[in-house]
Amino acid sequence: MALTRHTLSVLVEDKPGVLARVAALFSRRGFNIESLAVGPTEHPTVSRMTIVVAVEDLPLEQVTKQLNKLVNVLKIVELDPDSSVQRELMLVKVKADLSSRSHVLETVQLFRAKVVDVASDAVTIEATGTTDKLAALIRVLEPFGIRELVQSGMVAVGRGSRSMTGAEPRLRSIS
Amino acid sequence: MDGQPESLTGAQSLVRSLESVGAEVVFGIPGGAILPAYDPLFDSKTVRHILVRHEQGGGHAAEGYAQATGKVGVCMATSGPGATNLVTPIADAYMDSVPLVAITGQVPSGSIGTDAFQEADIVGITMPITKHNFLVQHVEDIPRTIAEAFHLASTGRPGPVLVDLPKDILQARGTFSWPPQLDLPGYHPTTKPHAKQIREAARMIAAAKRPVLYVGGGVLKARAAAELHVLAELTGIPVVTTLMARGAFPDSHPQHLGMPGMHGTVAAVTALQKSDLLICLGARFDDRVTGKLDTFAPGAAVIHADIDPAEIGKNRAADVPIVGDCRETIADLVVAIGDLYDAGTRADITGWWRSLDDWRERYPLGYAEPTDGSLAPQHVVTRIGQIAGPDAIYVSGVGQHQMWASQFISYENPYTWLNSGGAGTMGYAVPAAMGAKVGRPDATVWAIDGDGCFQMTNQELVTCAIEGIPIKVAIINNGNLGMVRQWQTLFYDSRYSNTKLQSKRVPDFVKLAEAMGCVGLRCDAKGDVDATIEKAMAIDDAPVVVDFVVGEDAMVWPMVPAGTSNDEILAARDTRPVWDANDV
Repeated sequence: MALTRHTLSVLVEDKPGVLARVAALFSRRGFNIESLAVGPTEHPTVSRMTIVVAVEDLPLEQVTKQLNKLVNVLKIVELDPDSSVQRELMLVKVKADLSSRSHVLETVQLFRAKVVDVASDAVTIEATGTTDKLAALIRVLEPFGIRELVQSGMVAVGRGSRSMTGAEPRLRSIS
Repeated sequence: MDGQPESLTGAQSLVRSLESVGAEVVFGIPGGAILPAYDPLFDSKTVRHILVRHEQGGGHAAEGYAQATGKVGVCMATSGPGATNLVTPIADAYMDSVPLVAITGQVPSGSIGTDAFQEADIVGITMPITKHNFLVQHVEDIPRTIAEAFHLASTGRPGPVLVDLPKDILQARGTFSWPPQLDLPGYHPTTKPHAKQIREAARMIAAAKRPVLYVGGGVLKARAAAELHVLAELTGIPVVTTLMARGAFPDSHPQHLGMPGMHGTVAAVTALQKSDLLICLGARFDDRVTGKLDTFAPGAAVIHADIDPAEIGKNRAADVPIVGDCRETIADLVVAIGDLYDAGTRADITGWWRSLDDWRERYPLGYAEPTDGSLAPQHVVTRIGQIAGPDAIYVSGVGQHQMWASQFISYENPYTWLNSGGAGTMGYAVPAAMGAKVGRPDATVWAIDGDGCFQMTNQELVTCAIEGIPIKVAIINNGNLGMVRQWQTLFYDSRYSNTKLQSKRVPDFVKLAEAMGCVGLRCDAKGDVDATIEKAMAIDDAPVVVDFVVGEDAMVWPMVPAGTSNDEILAARDTRPVWDANDV
């Protein structure tokens, strides 16, 4: 069976060691995290993790259940790519001298990215988008010469008006 | 105990919290970082501290206390090596779902992360082997953290919880008030089973032609032995009890087929294999029960009831998953099945029972008398069980003696069989028996130990002698790491690499027992077994150690060789059960 990528949104208590608990659980149960992003939410005591993991369906159910057993985990939702907005942030430093700079800038425009720093022989580009879009941008920039590249983990949110966190600052976990 | 906020040190707050939560006993050893806690503990009127000889012993003692009483066991250690010595019992408690609270000292907050003297990141180390753990950062958090630790340890699926207390937090002064407000927004164990699932399960149970009640340790954790008895007698369905569930259903009951698994009875193992419906109550399809998983009970539908949703579907897919407390689940099942029976829906299982009775009759548990004149270990274990009786508590180590104790003692009551099932921790018996005796001082407590296990943790007999904890220890002394030797006999061409302990010669267990303040007895002849056990039974003012010198060639049968199908069960060496054409 082929591995499928799944995006999990995990609400956790903002307490020391929570990231270690979650990350260790994945490695202990033999799952490879492809991407992980952690940050605050609209509730001061709650953090949100977006975890991308490549697994079959049955093991995914098992890891979700094991995650739910972590006392600091409040709620887990799997986000379907079709009904959620998924974004990554990339900063990439590309060689750009007088001869190539205009071509580089053209590419930046095409991808609706932007230049955030300029040096005599290089520009730094900021781009956001899906994994696929950023991969495409990298492919186009590669011929110019990529000097440095850094990418964030994916963050994602469901489409529509419903909120995963709800109005309550204290959330009940799903079972 | 409830009242106005008071100003207390962290150490005083800890002891007051332990008193308030109802802890009666703490098994521990002081040291630098935990030292502040020992000062107010010295004055406590309700918490008894038992000074153990090794932290591992303290941890297993707390487990034995918890498993014998159903209460939370408490152990305490200092930072660094004190805390790391608790790792094995914590891992053991995690595997067997034992409610345990471990309290450890930590270096002062300002020194954490500096590789300070006796510093170890015990919260990091125990993360994968605790239900939850805490590093306390403010003195005011102590009462709430202790209350949360006991709540987490004892509710839902029980398990170990560790509380790490930096020394400066124990010394700081803060407000103490009780009861504290628990703050566990992510913890909501499901105890009430879903009515729809109960109805579906009842329908399948009433319709099944070859059903089996596959009973695990969760039934004991849920204190559901009485409910199980009602369910079994209502339905007439055969019962098997796993290693962790021995005692949950009386061995003498005619519906009891014994223990399933690697060393289970032929009837129990075969019943699961040939079943059309497994009613799994608080068990987890462990590899030692299922054998080769994809050949386990191939024709059976599965009803799986467990309080931990992650156990359901983990190893074997469930047709009817039921998340909930086993006691509530069984009670609801009894009502739902009763309704179906009243309405005339009830499959005939008399044909099933004919097969079961036939297997049980043809392949009973038994053993061959040794031909070299040595004492049979199975005989020793059988006689201890018969003489001490069904009200005694039996605690075993891990290995051949553990299997014999699970097979040849008749367990009639819950909480009379304690052992290390999931982790398989050699050395569990002596300290766990000590803890069980502290929790159940009126009960006779027999540790059935091997000579290998005994040499791992026997130092706690000193604790028993000094603290007045008169346990009885039967060393099934075959001079070898017997179970490993058995595998070498069967699978390694009898090449006995590093399994001969020579402990029939050294140490002298009788002298060792006496040196530790115990009574030491020895028995090496069948004719002396009863008199020796009776002599041990008559001594109640000191721990007793009996060195039963037995033959080294006895093996545990039946056996499903590791990694093979349960269909390959051997009733004895080279004896594979033969099934009739008429067998289902």
